[in-house]
Amino acid sequence: MELLSGGEALIRALQDEGVEYIFGYPGGAALHIYDAIFQQQAVEHVLVRHEQAATHMADAYARVTGKPGVALVTSGPGATNAVTGLATAFMDSIPMVVISGQVQSDLIGTDSFQETDMVGISRPVVKHSFMVKSAEEMAEVVKKAFYIASSGRPGPVVIDVPKDTTDPSYRVPYAFPESVSLRSYNPATRGHPRQIRKAVDLLLAAKRPIIYSGGGVIQGNASEPLIALAKRLKLPVTNTLMGLGAYPSTDSQFLGMLGMHGSYPANMAMHHSDLIFAVGARFDDRVTNDPSKFCPDAKVIHIDVDPASISKIIPAEVPIVGPALPVLTELLATLEDRLKEAPELVDEAARSAWWSQIEGWRSHSDFDHDQRHRNEAEGIIKPQTVVQALYRATGGDAYITSDVGQHQMFAAQYYRFDAPRRWVNSGGLGTMGYGLPAAMGVKLAFPDAVVACVTGEGSIQMNIQELSTCRQYGLPVKIINLNNQALGMVRQWQDMQYAGRHSGSVYQDSLPDFVALAESYGHVGMRVTDPAKLDEAMAEVFSPGLKDRLVFLDVAVDQNEHVYPMWVRGGALRDMMLSKTERS
Amino acid sequence: MRRIISVLLENEAGALSRVVGLFAQRNYNIESLTVAPTEDATLSRLTLTTLGDDKKIEQITKQLNKLIEVVKVVDLTEGEHVERELMLVKLRAVGAQRAEIKRTADIFRGQIVDATESAYTVQLVGVSSKLDAFLRAVGELSILEVVRSGVSGLARGEKVVSV
Repeated sequence: MELLSGGEALIRALQDEGVEYIFGYPGGAALHIYDAIFQQQAVEHVLVRHEQAATHMADAYARVTGKPGVALVTSGPGATNAVTGLATAFMDSIPMVVISGQVQSDLIGTDSFQETDMVGISRPVVKHSFMVKSAEEMAEVVKKAFYIASSGRPGPVVIDVPKDTTDPSYRVPYAFPESVSLRSYNPATRGHPRQIRKAVDLLLAAKRPIIYSGGGVIQGNASEPLIALAKRLKLPVTNTLMGLGAYPSTDSQFLGMLGMHGSYPANMAMHHSDLIFAVGARFDDRVTNDPSKFCPDAKVIHIDVDPASISKIIPAEVPIVGPALPVLTELLATLEDRLKEAPELVDEAARSAWWSQIEGWRSHSDFDHDQRHRNEAEGIIKPQTVVQALYRATGGDAYITSDVGQHQMFAAQYYRFDAPRRWVNSGGLGTMGYGLPAAMGVKLAFPDAVVACVTGEGSIQMNIQELSTCRQYGLPVKIINLNNQALGMVRQWQDMQYAGRHSGSVYQDSLPDFVALAESYGHVGMRVTDPAKLDEAMAEVFSPGLKDRLVFLDVAVDQNEHVYPMWVRGGALRDMMLSKTERS
Repeated sequence: MRRIISVLLENEAGALSRVVGLFAQRNYNIESLTVAPTEDATLSRLTLTTLGDDKKIEQITKQLNKLIEVVKVVDLTEGEHVERELMLVKLRAVGAQRAEIKRTADIFRGQIVDATESAYTVQLVGVSSKLDAFLRAVGELSILEVVRSGVSGLARGEKVVSV
């Protein structure tokens, strides 16, 4: 058997897991590992400029490929800088493995240089964590970490690696385990057939059913059966922020995103439904508003791979524990059997009445009003129209990452995602600074794809140092900066709830020249302020001539624009502000 | 409502901190906690008492089950069970108090396990309410120090919690 040091065994195990990229930043405790990386080619290391960016790159790589992303950091500050990225991945159930160097075992607990209790600090925001005890167990720990990260409800796993376990002078026989089994961890692999039959009964009996699907359908690769189910029973569909793309946004049965900034038809249809078919969604507080007023007439079918998500906020009549793909597939088969015996079970009249009610909401208010005219009249670019221009320029076929705030909501509302894994954002944790590193992770995963980061001048500055990483690795992502010279969402809340007192949310006199900033990193910078020139500028960003260049498009947008709809706090889903003056 | 949750978990470093951390992180309350290895050295048995309605207890058991190192979770209060807690109480014992404490300890089937000229240490085993009653009976004035083990419990009958 081949003899490898612990550091070499770690990297070999990553190779055996099929890892392409490690996103990382070196430091004392990780140097044996870095030396092992240097001496092989199969796994490529991408040097970031801040560890937080490494974790977001790994996270986004995982979101678009479905394979766990890998980050490597050193002990102490390297480890603590990775915590935001771990929490981001944890909240959105993203498979990720973060390897942190640790001081050598005999120094642990002595407050030694760059020592921090990584397992302890990360504990609330990881699915699991390991501290490696010896070089001998390295391969097994890696195998377990990847298995745990990517199975069941996915999540980030930390491997904390004391320096002595990677010592190049101590070599042990290397064997990568073929399989792994943990007696205490057996995630569900299919739904209970009796529960699935009950769900079919409820679906067929419902007069006003709606599909509410979330990130679990994307993570669980279950778009296909979801679409088939919606089509078979002509069900209206709404997606959560995390679920966008699971159902084609341009399809006529799609009502838009729901929740705090959800579409009017989606929120109204949810509120008035008599059956919510929830799959891979967790009734987050940004979806339910006040749970006691949530969808008063609706029964709930809840499919989730994580039993703890079911009946946590809203009680489910029919809970189904299992991954979305096998559950939906089996549910479809059961439904077909039932309809073969009794096709009259589909109540066409009820369905048609439900749809005419929905069409009424649609015609009352929808995202799709074209704001270009208003722009030109006022001479100020509306942020929504930037996303619409981006959609046109990319033919709706780009990978879109975002940061957090108004621009994120505008991107979610106005870019129409027709395929899963195209919309990449920090939904649960709401991490500003996510967008740029995420775009980089996506670009590395799919070098030929068009990747755009919709951001704001606040968020982009939280990880703007990564423009340097983009330069080093030639990552031609496109940054669309909705520059309203303020922390827009904070400002919006201050406008709505604090009588316009903009406390800590403005900084217009101290913003950088983003064009010059991009250029100083060797990229292309552009600025547009005139609504009439927006489409032209957007076309240039995505022109063949700039295909291999990172382009930073700084767009001056209306500072006073708010995101609507916005729900009325403490209300039901139907209680929304549709503009600054109009209430639902 | 008070519940006794019994958890079988891998006897590994850090496993206990995950359980305790979960309670802190999710704002669940822990009234008492005991933990020790079982007859199988790879497993620990943890018993904790907590307060909560059915919905909260359901979440607690589900969240506990999600921890990778947790092998089994049982709510003992769902069925018939035996529960015991051990208490050691150091009491001021001078003059007439000495006989009174001895009598009270006998009534509660406690034992005096240490004695000095001015103090008795009484050992008591029973359900938590019995230990509470003993403390009330001897009165606050004579109590010098109390240590309680927290509740341990098993289901009645032949049912066992195992891997």
